[in-house]
Amino acid sequence: MSPSTSHSAPVTHTILSLPDQSTAKMPKRHYLNNEDGLLSWLLTGDHKRIAILYLISITFFFFIGGAFAGLIRLELLTPQPDLVSADTYNKFFTMHGIIMVFLFLVPSVPATLGNFLIPIMLGAKDLAFPKINLLSWYLYVAGGTLTLAALVLGGVDTGWTFTTPLSTHYLNTHVLTAATAIFIAGFSSIFTGLNFIVTVHRMRCPGMTWFRMPLFVWSHYAASLLMVLGTPVLAIALVLVALERIAGIGVFDPAKGGDPLLFQHLFWFYSHPAVYIMILPGMGVISEVISTFSRKRVFGYTAVAFSSVAIALFGFFVWEHHMFIMGVSNYSALVFSLLTMLVAVPSAIKIFNWTFTLQKGSITFETPMLYAFGFMGLFTIGGLTGVFLGSLGMDIHLTETYFIVAHFHFVMVGGMLMAFLAGVHFWWPKMTGRMYPESLSKLAAVTTFIGFNLTFLPQFILGYLGMPRRYHAYPPEFQVLNVLSTAGATVLGIGYMLPLLYLGWSLKYGAIAGDNPWQATGLEWQMQSPPITSNFVETPIMDHEAYDYEWLANKTQKEVTTVG
Amino acid sequence: MDSVLTTAEHVEHEHASLPQHRHHFETEEQQREVGTFGMWLFLLTEIMFFGGMFFAYLLYRNWYYPAFAVASNQLSVPLGAFNTVMLISSGFCMAVGVWAAEMRRKTLLVIMLILTTVFGLIFIGVKGVEYHEKYENHHIPGFDFSTAAFTNPPVDAKTGKLTEEPISPDMAQHTEIYFFLYFAMTGMHAVHMIIGIVLLFWLIRRANRGDFSSGYVAPIENFGLYWHFVDIVWLFLFPLLYLINRHPLH
Repeated sequence: MSPSTSHSAPVTHTILSLPDQSTAKMPKRHYLNNEDGLLSWLLTGDHKRIAILYLISITFFFFIGGAFAGLIRLELLTPQPDLVSADTYNKFFTMHGIIMVFLFLVPSVPATLGNFLIPIMLGAKDLAFPKINLLSWYLYVAGGTLTLAALVLGGVDTGWTFTTPLSTHYLNTHVLTAATAIFIAGFSSIFTGLNFIVTVHRMRCPGMTWFRMPLFVWSHYAASLLMVLGTPVLAIALVLVALERIAGIGVFDPAKGGDPLLFQHLFWFYSHPAVYIMILPGMGVISEVISTFSRKRVFGYTAVAFSSVAIALFGFFVWEHHMFIMGVSNYSALVFSLLTMLVAVPSAIKIFNWTFTLQKGSITFETPMLYAFGFMGLFTIGGLTGVFLGSLGMDIHLTETYFIVAHFHFVMVGGMLMAFLAGVHFWWPKMTGRMYPESLSKLAAVTTFIGFNLTFLPQFILGYLGMPRRYHAYPPEFQVLNVLSTAGATVLGIGYMLPLLYLGWSLKYGAIAGDNPWQATGLEWQMQSPPITSNFVETPIMDHEAYDYEWLANKTQKEVTTVG
Repeated sequence: MDSVLTTAEHVEHEHASLPQHRHHFETEEQQREVGTFGMWLFLLTEIMFFGGMFFAYLLYRNWYYPAFAVASNQLSVPLGAFNTVMLISSGFCMAVGVWAAEMRRKTLLVIMLILTTVFGLIFIGVKGVEYHEKYENHHIPGFDFSTAAFTNPPVDAKTGKLTEEPISPDMAQHTEIYFFLYFAMTGMHAVHMIIGIVLLFWLIRRANRGDFSSGYVAPIENFGLYWHFVDIVWLFLFPLLYLINRHPLH
């Protein structure tokens, strides 16, 4: 398919079987045991170690956010408000939203897998700014700690959107603490994005042209643009909220001449692109996984690469669709509605290209692939319901109901979380040098998929029937669907606990993975697992396209003949 | 953009002739490019950060035009102009400093960095005087804010006329938004100045040690970019807050 350099006997087939793992050996020296002691982790400049630090911390926050989701579903098991009061319920969904959005979804794939893989995929020894990379983790931890402080002190009940003037004048909860936390965590995200962009521009190894980069890097590049351009606007919006709260002025308070819509504009100017910050890196994971397990170059590589950039670009011009019912001008709503539908085009390009990659591929169903299939199905539903909501008439009926809750959970949880788990399973052997237990993890993938659908499909119907979001009580006729949803959340919870347990187990007892357990083509698979601290012994030279399976087959054959 | 590809020919070369060379870069050239590129990107985030406030200014200026006009009359143009000159001088010294570092002239560099700092400190000092005046006039939003100067303008002792056309109490309320934006924007700018001055002290110490006299000028260059950016923000703030339509009612 691609012009592979034919300096050895041309091989027309690709490798279809996975390597024999019984002969795999753990390398003596790698980044995990290069230095010992807690300080060697806390002061590290190694992007791989920082990725592990991030992985541990975001897992922690994921389970805290998940616990709140569990409490919300538990309260909604019955129509009566019997578990908690309305105020406490408000705090539950606020803390769930803040933690999941800012402390889990935004950093999930970029800060862990992106941090670990981008330098390696580009053939570099590290990210451009290792110290800033470490600083970004510390800022994340500081933001996370402050969020926990706000939680312990009594919580916040503004909703994760900090809606003004509710948040600035009418609530007596820990808005300032939470806003400061998000402000700090935002800078962690800015620094990650800045580091990625500079690395992609300036640290590529010889021969690594823009169109030889893996699509994982392209999607992170696009997401980084959003982080760098969007996050500062959220930062200033939060500063203004804090100042308004401290001084009691009315920039966002209509009673004092301020404009609450101004806050909405500033907030959604970040928070809509933030949706793409969350999903784009996940799309990068899916490109890698789909290609590897169908042993084919990603169909329409260039289109998929540019669609990431297109999503980033369009993503900046659709924010007003969060404000259709807030009294914005009809004409601007019309334009934003059109732009919202346009942003579905690059997403669809991705889905169609992945599907064409599968066509006539040699597909196997390892765990990462199962998660990737889950992603494709659920993201498609999430994306298409987004088009429903983008059309003005439908939006007025469906917004602020459970329909919208189901919609963005299909994208964020069904899409991003599936992609995150696909990526963690896919690169787990590279990060730790050990395999996860295959059959158990397949069970987890299926459990997650079933649990997810059981949780969120009923919410589409609930929303369509008119059940509003953010209420802790509802009419009795909605109970059946709510019980289904809560039951699904329980299954989903089990699906998420399983990987935590068996991945932990595999650190010590998992089978030794070997260099390239998936027969994948990426640069990261052509080195030992886990990699050495400086990634490469000598600077690699990229002499083939990305996803060149013939190149891999030739290389492997050559190695066999040399060794044998 | 694609100049990284040229590193292929550097692979064979000796690495790290400068002690500042960091191990994960192939060449010093790459290290330098990375630093500058990173700084430009950071400045881009700063533009977005200030952009939120400029947007708010634009909106409320359109809504509450009379309030913005009379409130901006409260600012002292001579002080603002003086400060503008201070900042431009400071920026000029910084530019000469970058040149001095590139020419490896240590003494000139140190002098220029000190001058940059001094001009910056004068700016902060004058800003302090202006803020104090606002405090005395009860024009700090949220803290004993008073609209008396706008609903009941004082009489000029010499001419016996009102110093300002009075505006309705409703509209006068909105001067608070003007002053809020004034403090938020100039305050955020001053915070950037103060961070810059702290960095300048650190750079002066290093320059004095001779760190930048052997061809390693990246920190000076990149700080120069930051300092000029802070200057440019002021060059937008000064006309918007002090100058535009000062006396529309006369």
